[in-house]
Amino acid sequence: MAGNAKTSQAAVLPGIIALAIAAVYLIALLAVEKQSLIISLLAVGIIVVIAAAGFGLLDGVSRAFSDHEDALGGFAILALLAVGVFFHEDHFVLLLVTTVLLYSVATLGLNIQFGYAGVLNFAGASFFGIGAYTSAVLNAHTALPHLIVLLIGGLLAALIGSLLLLPVLRTRGHYAAVVTIAFALLFKTFLEVNDVLGGPQGMQVKGMTIMGWSFNDNIEIGKVSLSFYINYFAISVLLLIGAFIVVRRLERSWIGLNLDALRLDETAASCFGLDVVRWKITAFLIGNFLIGVAGAMFGMVGSFVAPNNYTFADSLILVSILLLGGIGNPWGLIVATFIVVVVPEKLQTIQEYRFLLYALLVIGVLLFRPEGLLPRPVRRYFPGWQP
Amino acid sequence: MDVGLFAQYVMNGLMLGMMYALVAVGFTLFFGVLDIIKFSHGDVLTVGAFVALATFAGLHAAGFNSQWLDLVIMLAVATLAMAALGMLIARYLVMPLRSAPALNTLLITLMLGTVLREAVRLFYPQGANPKPFPALLPQNSIDLGSLNLRLDNVLMLAAGAAVIVGLQFLLNRTKLGLAIRAVAQDEETARTMGVNFTAIVLVTFAIGSGLAAFAGVMNGLYYNEINFGIGLYLGVIGFSAAIIGGLGSIYGAILGGFLFAGLQTVGTVLLPFASAYKDVFAFAVVIAIMAWRPTGLIQEKISERV
Repeated sequence: MAGNAKTSQAAVLPGIIALAIAAVYLIALLAVEKQSLIISLLAVGIIVVIAAAGFGLLDGVSRAFSDHEDALGGFAILALLAVGVFFHEDHFVLLLVTTVLLYSVATLGLNIQFGYAGVLNFAGASFFGIGAYTSAVLNAHTALPHLIVLLIGGLLAALIGSLLLLPVLRTRGHYAAVVTIAFALLFKTFLEVNDVLGGPQGMQVKGMTIMGWSFNDNIEIGKVSLSFYINYFAISVLLLIGAFIVVRRLERSWIGLNLDALRLDETAASCFGLDVVRWKITAFLIGNFLIGVAGAMFGMVGSFVAPNNYTFADSLILVSILLLGGIGNPWGLIVATFIVVVVPEKLQTIQEYRFLLYALLVIGVLLFRPEGLLPRPVRRYFPGWQP
Repeated sequence: MDVGLFAQYVMNGLMLGMMYALVAVGFTLFFGVLDIIKFSHGDVLTVGAFVALATFAGLHAAGFNSQWLDLVIMLAVATLAMAALGMLIARYLVMPLRSAPALNTLLITLMLGTVLREAVRLFYPQGANPKPFPALLPQNSIDLGSLNLRLDNVLMLAAGAAVIVGLQFLLNRTKLGLAIRAVAQDEETARTMGVNFTAIVLVTFAIGSGLAAFAGVMNGLYYNEINFGIGLYLGVIGFSAAIIGGLGSIYGAILGGFLFAGLQTVGTVLLPFASAYKDVFAFAVVIAIMAWRPTGLIQEKISERV
């Protein structure tokens, strides 16, 4: 058996090459300032990907990723760190990349709900906002250690989310959608009219401090000075790794199997004795917890929270990241988050038109590639196992 | 509270409810024939209101100054244009996705809504700012005690009621309505009975979108102002109204619309210290209703197909 598994293993090299190219491309894209260069870089990127797909080069990459996920995960972290090191003194780029990382954590949470359990949640940004406001309030009024604040942010998002459990469990389809949509609108209106939480102006968030190490100070090592965002970048990388592992393990475990079963056919799943209610609750709470943790971190990174950042439109952006990436595939989500967050930021000339173009992009994906950019592959029970 | 003030609140609630009901009826019609939610409905309403405004500007420039004629032409142009837009949306965005998961349809129409909204904001001259909407209805009002009954509100209510009665007549008394109801009930049987499915779907989308344009013009006349965001707000409320009423039921949609307006009004009256919370209150009640009646007040008949 072991020998068989060995021979069917794909080469790991294409995966490493793909990651290296992606890292270099990302660094180039982030470093370039001139609009014409950015546009040509994006065009080159799209053409290269389409050409590579046409020549079948991407098959090797996807096989490498499915057979050597852990090793390539390590390389992906290295690639990410390379980006961080390259931009070690650039505030803006580090903030942008950190935003991508935290949005990825949030969409990973959403992915458990939408992608595995099939529980709709159109209030992702609201739960993200609950996390952010938690860190704003707790950092200002208490001396709780900030890592605990992250945890509380997640727990609070899960707790407030559990208020919606009854309607979410009892409803299906469109009726379930309206529950979370109503919550998203309610939440934003509540923040706006509420004086305690700063009203429409929002409130400041104190930066993170862990054991006396203040995250908001620039770092000097010898002659090299690092942007203070490198702190946030590092901790966000850790958060993303943690969330990724949790989601991946969850998916591979029998819990993931149960979730898949109840998404695909609730009636059949319950006929086979699966506790539909229990698994829906599990998925909804874990998802909201991850979103809340990411939000709490994001509040501290951005040092500012306001109702306008947590609207229904933002929830939709999270959902479309999910769809663009390929629902259920964590790798796809991270790629999609990079595209959705970085491209509009870099293309300042289209800043005004970005929502328009972005909506058109999603419509295009839905019409011509409804399964997303990187569709979720068939479940693999062991590395190297061919279905 | 004295009677006049109470009547004033009722009047405001009825006006809002009429607009919500008109939007909700659209949602429920689309759901009836295709089992989908078309989320761009609210933004179709926005576009309709802006088309009416542009028509008014055009008429004004051409030297037309008769209020009634202006209004009739505006309504006709907006309604027809939106009916056409609705048909295009159905034909090229919604019908191709029929076999895809419901989530995809929901998202594609949400994104289309964003496209429409952003297009109005970016391409209508100074579309990002609120636009004054001409007051084309008589501005007289009658004072009944402390109730100030505005003639234009009464006219709009009557017009809205007439449209809903007309729609009811169309659905229940004409051959077209029979076909629409047949498709809503069972697509395949309707096809075998010789109903042209595609045509009926397109006509239904035209009717629903035309209603949205009507509601958009009504909204403009009521507030004397429109902006590119009205549709998002009205769309979500209309959707909630259709849902709490029970999808697929016209009466449910109307009931839901007036119920939501009622909730907002009650929220304003009962929470005088913070009437800003009226939407929070209304949406909280929507969530509670969903927990109580998961398929709406007039319940949709769902059978599990295994």
